[in-house]
Amino acid sequence: MFDKPLGVFVGTRLNVENQAELELVRLVRRVAPRLLSSPGKTINMVSESTAFMKGMLLGSIFCILFSFFSRSSNYVPSSSENHLHHHIKAPSKKELLNMPEITKQELSQSVRVYCLIMVQPKLLIHWAATHDTWSKHCDKAVFYSSEESKALESVVLQETNEWAQIRKALQHAFENAGNLRWFFMARPTTFAIIENLKYLLLGKDPNEPFYIGNVLKSGELEYVEYASGVALSYDSVRRLVEAFSDKMKCPLQSHILWNTKEEKQLAMCLRFCGVYAENGEDSEGKGVFNSQKVESLISKSMTDHPTAVLQSCCSDMAVTFGDMSPSQMQVMMFGVYRLHPYGHNFHDSLVFLPPEGSDND
Amino acid sequence: MFNTDVKKFQLLPQHLHEGENNRIAVHLQENVRVLCWVMTSPKNLKTKAYHVQATWTQHCTHVLFMSSEETDFPTVGLNVTEGRNQLYRKTTAAFQYIYEHHFDNADWFLKADDDTYLVLENLRLLLSKHNPSKPIYFGRRFFPFVKQGYMSGGAGYVLSKEALRRFIEGFKSGNCTHFSDLEDVALGTCMETMKVEAGDSRDSDHRQTFHAFPPDYYVVRKLKSPRSWYLSYDYYFNEEGPQCCSDLAVSFHYISPQKMYELEYYTYHLRPYGYKFRFDPDFSAKNNVSLRENVTSESGGP
Repeated sequence: MFDKPLGVFVGTRLNVENQAELELVRLVRRVAPRLLSSPGKTINMVSESTAFMKGMLLGSIFCILFSFFSRSSNYVPSSSENHLHHHIKAPSKKELLNMPEITKQELSQSVRVYCLIMVQPKLLIHWAATHDTWSKHCDKAVFYSSEESKALESVVLQETNEWAQIRKALQHAFENAGNLRWFFMARPTTFAIIENLKYLLLGKDPNEPFYIGNVLKSGELEYVEYASGVALSYDSVRRLVEAFSDKMKCPLQSHILWNTKEEKQLAMCLRFCGVYAENGEDSEGKGVFNSQKVESLISKSMTDHPTAVLQSCCSDMAVTFGDMSPSQMQVMMFGVYRLHPYGHNFHDSLVFLPPEGSDND
Repeated sequence: MFNTDVKKFQLLPQHLHEGENNRIAVHLQENVRVLCWVMTSPKNLKTKAYHVQATWTQHCTHVLFMSSEETDFPTVGLNVTEGRNQLYRKTTAAFQYIYEHHFDNADWFLKADDDTYLVLENLRLLLSKHNPSKPIYFGRRFFPFVKQGYMSGGAGYVLSKEALRRFIEGFKSGNCTHFSDLEDVALGTCMETMKVEAGDSRDSDHRQTFHAFPPDYYVVRKLKSPRSWYLSYDYYFNEEGPQCCSDLAVSFHYISPQKMYELEYYTYHLRPYGYKFRFDPDFSAKNNVSLRENVTSESGGP
C-alpha cells in the first residue's frame, strides 16, 4: 500500500523543512485517496484488524501533517515578535510622537492602498454603488469580475471558482501595484473607510508579512473573514504570487480539505508562506472590521445592552461594514464623510483631503 | 425657577474623544439656549421617547417630554387627549405650559416628534446668526396653504422668544384659533397672522438642514424618473441626490429608535480619521462665496 514505510519519514532527520512538507503532502495525496475510499467499502471484505490499522495510520498522518503546518516555516520575519501578538492597532499617541520628524502630509502619504473589489455578476448594482462611494478614497481601485459586463469597467478573470479568482486578482494587482504597498480586498457589498484603514496600518512596514482583518478560527486555522475585508502587505502578496507559480504549493484544487471556502484557502496558503492572520482593532480592543451592517450591529446592541447601546456596539474608527445594499452605502457615504456636528474639532496626526471630482463626500 | 420636570442640562465636556476639542460647540451651547420639547404619548414612552432621551435631547439646554399624562419619565401632563386630530391642541397646550413655566430659561423653543432626530450643534449654528428678539421661526419650509409657507411638523421647528410670545398672544387675543387639526399648517397660519417671519434654514450653499423624511429619501441618487412626490411640498427647489442635504444637517423625520442610534453613531462617533470636510460654513460666511465646487485647503483645528 505504501511505497515507503511511514516509519521512515517519522524517523528521518529533516534538513530542510520545506522539502519535508512537500514530501508529506505528496505522501498524503498518494495515500489519503486510498485510505479515504476504503472506509466506504464493506468491512466484511477486509479483515477488522486491517481496517483498524488503516484508521490508525490515517490518524497519525494527519497528526504529523498538522504538526508540520503549525511549526514556523523557514520564512523568518525580520521582527517576528509583532506577528505573534495577533492584534493590530493604530499607533498610540506615544508611538506617533516617537515617529521620525516628518510633516503630517508626508506621514499621510506613507500608507497607500490598492483596492481590489471582487464582483460577481449578480452584484452589478453593488458594483455601481461601490464605484460611486468608498472606492474613490483608495489610491487605486480596480474592479475584478468573473465575466465581462458592458455596464462597468473591470478586469475580467474568466474564472468561476472564487479561490481561482482571488489568485488571479492578487497576481494582477501585484503586477500593477506601481508604488502602492498595501492591498485591500473586498466584495462590493462591503463599505470600507480607507482613511481608518490607513490609520490602522500607519507605521507598519509593508515589507513585512501582514494579513489583517476580522480573524475567525476554524479548528486550528485562523483566517481573515472575507465579508469584512482583507488587508495584505506587499510582502504577503509577493509571497503568495511566488507560491501560486509553484504547482505544489497552495494548490488550486485542494484534495485534503474539499469544499473549503476561499477565505480559508487564502489563509492556508498564507500560512504555508509564513504569514499569519492578525485581528484589526481600536485602542479599546473593539474590532474594526465588521461583516454586518450598522443596523444589524445596533439592533443586537439594543437587545444585549439597552442602556449602553453605542458604547457596546461599534468602533469610532471602524474600517468596514459588510452586507450593505446600494442605498445603504450612499447613506453611509453621507453619514461618514459629510454629516457632522458643528464645533467639534479633532487634532489628528494625519490629513486626508476629499477626492477630486466627487460630489458625495 | 426650575421645576422637577425639566431635565438637568449638562454642558458638553471639553474633550469627548481622544484628541477632540469641543470649545466652539461648548461656546455655542452657552450662548444659544434652546429648550426642546418632544411630542410623545403614554404608549410611546418605552418604545420611542426612551431612545430620544438616550440620544439627541442630551444636547438640549432644557428638554420637556409632553404627553397627555404626567409620569416619572418625566413627562408633562397636558390636559389633552391623544390622537392625530388632537395634535394642534396638544401643541398649543405645550407652548402655553412652556410660556408659563420656562419662558425665561431659553432663547429659542424647539418642537420635535418622538421620531424626529436632531443635531443641536447644527441648530445652534443656524440660530446664532439671528436675534431671539426677532419674530421668526425655522424648520423645513413647505409652500402650500399658507402664503409665506409653513414648517413641517415632523421635521421639527424652532420659535424665537418673540415668536413664542406672539403665538401665545395670538390665542389670547383670538387672532389665532383651533380652526384646523393639521398642527403644522395651523401653527404656520397663526405665525403669519401674528407677523412672525418664516425663516430660511438652508446652509450657505443653499442646501436643506431640516428634513421631513429619513436621509435615504433624499441622499440616494435617483436615475431619470419623475421627481419624488415628497419634494413637491418644498418651498425652495431642492436637489435630489447627495447635494440635497447640508453636511450640517439639523433634523430628520420618521426615524425609528434603531435609526436614531445609527444617526447618533454617524454624527458623533464614526468618523474618517484625518479627513478634512469639504464644507466649511465659516469660510463661506467670511468670503460670501458658495463653496460647492471648492475644497478647503486649511488644515488642523482651531
